[in-house]
Amino acid sequence: MSEDIQAGLAEILEEVAGVSPADATPEKSFTEDLDVDSLSMVEIATEVENKFGVAIPDDELANIKTVGDAITFIQKNRG
Amino acid sequence: MSSIQLRTGAPGARILGFGGYRPRRRVTNDELSQSMETNDEWIQSRVGIAERRWASEDETLVEMAVAAGGKALAAGGLAPDEIDLVILASASLKEPIPGIGPQVAHRLGIPRPGAFDLNAGCAGFCYALEMAGSAIRTGSARNVLVVGAERLTDVIDRGDRSTAVIFADGAGAAVVGPSDDPGIGPVAWGSDGDQYSAIEIVGDGRAIAMAGQAVYRWATTKLTATLEEAMAAAGVTPADIDVFAPHQANLRIIESMHKRLGFPERTVVARDIVTSGNTSAASIPLALSALLESGEAKSGDLALVLGYGAGLTFAGQVLRLP
Repeated sequence: MSEDIQAGLAEILEEVAGVSPADATPEKSFTEDLDVDSLSMVEIATEVENKFGVAIPDDELANIKTVGDAITFIQKNRG
Repeated sequence: MSSIQLRTGAPGARILGFGGYRPRRRVTNDELSQSMETNDEWIQSRVGIAERRWASEDETLVEMAVAAGGKALAAGGLAPDEIDLVILASASLKEPIPGIGPQVAHRLGIPRPGAFDLNAGCAGFCYALEMAGSAIRTGSARNVLVVGAERLTDVIDRGDRSTAVIFADGAGAAVVGPSDDPGIGPVAWGSDGDQYSAIEIVGDGRAIAMAGQAVYRWATTKLTATLEEAMAAAGVTPADIDVFAPHQANLRIIESMHKRLGFPERTVVARDIVTSGNTSAASIPLALSALLESGEAKSGDLALVLGYGAGLTFAGQVLRLP
């Protein structure tokens, strides 16, 4: 289950921010390790909402620091 | 009992001419990086701005508005006494009393027009354009001068890199007159007042604070529908649009909207933000005047415009360029 989410998230990261799928592992920080800036995070959030059917409010987005945080959020909130 | 009679207006309204005023002083990213922690690469990658204009002391809101308005009158081929309404869109007046519309009109030699200020944030120009067109169609005015003028450097903290690299100064104007063939399409407008605090002047320093991520998300997800509504209301499709000139807030928002709407290759996209920064209510007339001056846009072209900003407010129209 979390592998599917990780793969889907990796596709989004590649599309929005040019991150290689091999680099999109749970321990990676979006801003520190993957060089994703704050506006690209918004685009990733929008794509995640569309792809996984979850809602990511702005205050929740601020708490998503790593790929693993995003996977956990999607797992918890996906219907 | 006698009934109240109404005036007869024109069937439509169109823009007769644009004019702009850009402050003398260019401020580069390198200059900003000397006074705050930022650099050219950081600014260009986040907002797409290479340089912006900051007004000097003598380039007041009134002076810039008069300069832009005078150029628009000349471009439209109208004498000052042919204008009977002046709408001054601005969100950066330091003092709200008095509004500056009447003074700008007076300075331009427009005799005793209806004149007022309009604050719809960065959507001000498009809101004012709709009011101008409505006034002409209802017979309240024959010709209208619309001016967007901003000195946002008066309301930013010059050490705050989240706003100081973005906001800038300038004025843009349009003269609007009657026409049988409509040159200003129906407005698609609205507001999201629940997000009032996303862009607001706060603190002892009375400086703009902006929730950048929230505004970016709002602009790139919610406003596509407004652009589509403006085109549908005017009876056109993206394939008909010659020029796309949204408010110059952030190059990445412009590119995102452009991508989502699916315009043809030939559609010219306004990217005046690169050299002008975000001039709020002045950005759309400044961008359109620049495209007309450079020849990238031509008289008769169909332009899609969209203003959006503090409030939050938004308004879009399809225009025939003069």
